[in-house]
Amino acid sequence: MNATGKHRIGVVEGIAQVGACGIFLLQILAAIPASLKHFRETVRQIWFVGAMSLTIIMTCGLFVGMVLGLQLYYVLSIFGGTAALGSVVSLSLYRELGPVVTALLFAGRAGTSITAEIGLMRATDQIDAMEMMAVDPRAYVVAPRFIAGIVAMPLLACVFNAMGIFGAHLVGVSWLGLDNGTFWSNMTSSVDVWTDVINGVWKSMAFGAVCSLVATFQGYTTAPTSEGVAYATTRTVVFSSIATLAIDFVMTAFLM
Amino acid sequence: MAQRQSFQIGTGLFILLGFSALAYLATQTTSLANYTQGASYQLKARFTNVGQLKLRAPVKIAGVRVGTVSEIQLEADKLDALVTLSLDQRFNQIPDDSAAAVFTSGLLGDQYVSLQPGGSPQNFKSGDEVVLTQSSMQLEELIGKYLVGSGDTGKAADKTQPPKPEQEPAARPSTKPDVKPGAKPAAAKPATG
Repeated sequence: MNATGKHRIGVVEGIAQVGACGIFLLQILAAIPASLKHFRETVRQIWFVGAMSLTIIMTCGLFVGMVLGLQLYYVLSIFGGTAALGSVVSLSLYRELGPVVTALLFAGRAGTSITAEIGLMRATDQIDAMEMMAVDPRAYVVAPRFIAGIVAMPLLACVFNAMGIFGAHLVGVSWLGLDNGTFWSNMTSSVDVWTDVINGVWKSMAFGAVCSLVATFQGYTTAPTSEGVAYATTRTVVFSSIATLAIDFVMTAFLM
Repeated sequence: MAQRQSFQIGTGLFILLGFSALAYLATQTTSLANYTQGASYQLKARFTNVGQLKLRAPVKIAGVRVGTVSEIQLEADKLDALVTLSLDQRFNQIPDDSAAAVFTSGLLGDQYVSLQPGGSPQNFKSGDEVVLTQSSMQLEELIGKYLVGSGDTGKAADKTQPPKPEQEPAARPSTKPDVKPGAKPAAAKPATG
């Protein structure tokens, strides 16, 4: 990356970026004990990335659940298996859609604002000023946002899943006339706590770590110009989404 | 301070909401909702074939869930499947000559163990073995049986009319008893109609 924020495309630069990001991750992990002094800041970040994302997460969860209900009802009715709607919707939400869609929304809503905030701190020399005052910016600025991402993402994914189930129930039972008891009993008999619900929680923790790592790294290493911050914000969304989906594949392969 | 208080309350509410959503998902929408609560006792049952029976599959009497399958293992010497059933202590008045069968819920649904009550005055105690068992119906076997069965009867029906006088009159009587059980309904139909 050069001073104008335009990064040259190349294998070596790409590897260097990944390496710098890995080193940055180690620096964050090393700064976490020091960041416990700023626990209030961590709480404020959980509020900012978590509680403030609830509206979009709940709305999207509801609509994703309703769409799943409609689509799967149509597909299952071909095979005469609409009774399985509850289990199919809940399994696809818990195992895949809940964690992944939450992570993509999180990258778009919280990741970008983290990048822009830290990037503007960098551009306006606030981070340099902290270093001058012997305040480690990684402990005060970066680590709280990183922890907040790991804490908030699984909770958001659970809320997303619950809203999705509610939406599917709304469409399947209230609208399409599926039997209420069939819907729930099929769901409870096919969903397992550990292999489905908790694996989804592990996934979304990993996504939370990756999304907040990418967001803080892009903000922290941005070129200190308005153009640089704009590029960094864009890259946050692109890299977070790619990393989320790639890690999703790897984790699914291992956690199955 | 007022600003800080509001975001702290917001964060607390958010974390509570998240964990209550997790608790709801984990307890209300999963098989945890069906786990036996409290004390249970174990019965053993041997099957020659358990089919697709899985761990934690339900055990039912008269269609009502009374327990779960807690263990499935192969008995090395007899090459039978030894299934351990974990029944709720509330249902401890099951006659000890009851029979166990592996059934399928619906045509292609999950398999479960059904207990058919007997008439013995004694009840099962923990660790008892269910002696009367019926293995799972294998769909492939059934299909195979019907395909082969109908094929046989069809052939036999075709053959009985024309070739009977000409050839193999000696072979007829030996095939007839084999065909008989399968052909019975087919033979009965034209007679009544």
